[in-house]
Amino acid sequence: MTATVEESTSQTAREGDQLSRSRARRREILVALGFIAPALFLLGILVVYPMVYTLVRSFYNAPGDEFIGWDNYVTMFTSDSTFTAIRNNIIWVIVAPITCTILGLIFAVLLDKIRWSTAFKLIIFMPMAISMLAAGVIFRGMFQEDPEIGVVNASVVAVKSAFSSQAAFPGAKPRPDMGVTEEGGIIVTDDSVTPGTSVTFPLVGVRADALGEDPTPASGPPQPADAEVTGTVWLDFVRGGGGVNGEVDEAEAGLGGVLVHAVADDGSVAGSARTEPDGTFVIAGLADGEYRIALPAANFTEGASGVPWLSATFITAVVILSYVWIWAGFAMVMIASGLSATDRTLQEAARVDGASEWKVFTRITAPLLAPVLVVVLVTLIINVLKIFDLVYVIPPGNAKPAANVIAVEMWTVSFGGGDNQGLGSALAILLLLLVLPFMIINVRRFREERRR
Amino acid sequence: MTAPTTERPPTTPPPQAGPPGKRRTVPQRILGFFSKSVVNVVLLIMALMWVIPSLGLFITSFRTVGDASSSGWWTVVTAPAQLTLQNYTDLLSNSTITSSLLNSVLIVVPTTVLVVLVGALAGYAFAWMEFPGRDGLLIAVIVLLAVPLQVALIPIARLYGWLGIFGSIPGVILFHVAFGLPFAIFLLRNFFTQIPRETLEAARVDGASEWRIFVRVILPLGAPAIASLAIFQFLWTWNDLLIGLIFTNAESQPVTVAIQSQLRQFGSNIDVLSTGAFVSMVIPLIVFFAFQRYFVQALLAGSNK
Repeated sequence: MTATVEESTSQTAREGDQLSRSRARRREILVALGFIAPALFLLGILVVYPMVYTLVRSFYNAPGDEFIGWDNYVTMFTSDSTFTAIRNNIIWVIVAPITCTILGLIFAVLLDKIRWSTAFKLIIFMPMAISMLAAGVIFRGMFQEDPEIGVVNASVVAVKSAFSSQAAFPGAKPRPDMGVTEEGGIIVTDDSVTPGTSVTFPLVGVRADALGEDPTPASGPPQPADAEVTGTVWLDFVRGGGGVNGEVDEAEAGLGGVLVHAVADDGSVAGSARTEPDGTFVIAGLADGEYRIALPAANFTEGASGVPWLSATFITAVVILSYVWIWAGFAMVMIASGLSATDRTLQEAARVDGASEWKVFTRITAPLLAPVLVVVLVTLIINVLKIFDLVYVIPPGNAKPAANVIAVEMWTVSFGGGDNQGLGSALAILLLLLVLPFMIINVRRFREERRR
Repeated sequence: MTAPTTERPPTTPPPQAGPPGKRRTVPQRILGFFSKSVVNVVLLIMALMWVIPSLGLFITSFRTVGDASSSGWWTVVTAPAQLTLQNYTDLLSNSTITSSLLNSVLIVVPTTVLVVLVGALAGYAFAWMEFPGRDGLLIAVIVLLAVPLQVALIPIARLYGWLGIFGSIPGVILFHVAFGLPFAIFLLRNFFTQIPRETLEAARVDGASEWRIFVRVILPLGAPAIASLAIFQFLWTWNDLLIGLIFTNAESQPVTVAIQSQLRQFGSNIDVLSTGAFVSMVIPLIVFFAFQRYFVQALLAGSNK
């Protein structure tokens, strides 16, 4: 109906219509430009122009008055601090996104099996809301080396001492000229003994707090049997003076829990024992021969101590851990929503057909999730490449060089006292180049989605 | 989910229950071992590991410097008397921190409003208007989504110096807006394209101007997406450290910058650090718990930032 009406309109009317239509079209374009103009203006001035400027600037020297070609880029890969930064960024990109994604995947899959899944989601996701600065303060506190203050080392020390009954008498030394000497931390008898004899280890320099509140008085060595060596390890010192050096006097304290070795001629340990609270020990079952009796160095080292988490060795691991604490929740939420969007009937059908849970996961769930996993990984990689706040906040001064990443180095070089904006620009361009492949992935994904 | 567990009761394995195809493989046994109770325990441990860090900071913020530097926060379990509000009263009478909190608000609110407004205008144009170069510009926006803001720091510091706004709050706001826009445009455009064509056509046939359609149709219908974006941008800007570090000075610094300046003496400043960090967390946490649904939606809708 309408078609016939339109066909019957006159030629002139159609031309006029076209004219007004093109005028209307032009107006439409102008209106559209009006809508996008503020955004284009801001993006142009504050994002696109700076990109070009930074690219050009990266070929100039520190003050920016001399063109130096690729020099900044050469410096970037040859200077120690920038090279550490680049190496650490590589570690970050390999470790952090994958850890977050795997944790997120595990959480998302297991969420179905618990009743308090909403609470769990909130707990894991909550760190996403707080600043990386706050997260940094939190983690720096947690990983303090002193086990009295840092919760991580407090746990480490608790576990360590729970698993060892090792006594610790740091600083203990043999009393000189009493037949025992110290060799490289080991306290050992000067002469060899045969089974059936007794030895004494008069020690000094034991800290009062290592003895405990109420130390057991030392006893003389037990009577040795044929295949035994007996002895006493004690603190040969009477508070307030008195007593005979090298002899077990009444008021002297026994050192309990000390490991004692009987070392054969060839250096092998033929027998061992631990001292009783009164300091006595009995090494039994020794064959005929000559032995030197030794107290291994482990008796005299400090007790279980904390791990220096914030030192150069561990700092990157700790900072990455804090990142995982923040971003695992993101991965979990993304993957969980991807899971709920997948068609559950497929999984159910496979289960009815007798497929194992593992098969259902690897053959059906995981392939269905693949696009979500790619999105999560790409997002995290882009994010990790630019990591700044955590690395800036967590490491104490002496560990900062070891924890360096590109974004922090870029800040240090151009604003934090380095005063070399040429090198800073080159580092910024390096970041841009590293992000580039993932930009392309994003654009491709967008195009594919639109085609659908 | 429950079907397979009820199918095979663990105590009695009657031979006729399992058809030959249902023989339990090794991985299946491992998964079987991961019965509900084990899952519950594992997730409970994980949840604890996720809570303890924040809990530690929270408790530390109620302890004196002396206590915090001589014993761990967990000792409050045996000695709860050591808790004090002193740090908080100190912090609130510390004018550096209070004025930085105000600065944070003065930076975050205009940023959020501007990002939403400018982003919505452009998002609508990209979704429903025809203009030359539209697709190319849209691709450009997606490319800009991933641009590291480091590439803009040096030129913009120079530009701001030249304009005389270096160190001022408007300068910080403009930077945040510019780098928030690609995400805003992308998110809102995607949402606006889902608005039914008929709704818009009806308004256009009625002779409504594009501006009128934008205000009366797009903004109300797009409210959920706009809320998501606003929450996201609010948190993003509030939590920023780098931009504030470079583009603000002692008068205009946001709370994150004020707190980080105390980091050099971590141990002796732990009172300001823990309390300040916790105060800086309170506002994002309130926003997060009140609007977490929108926040999650924003992440789901365009996760490239």
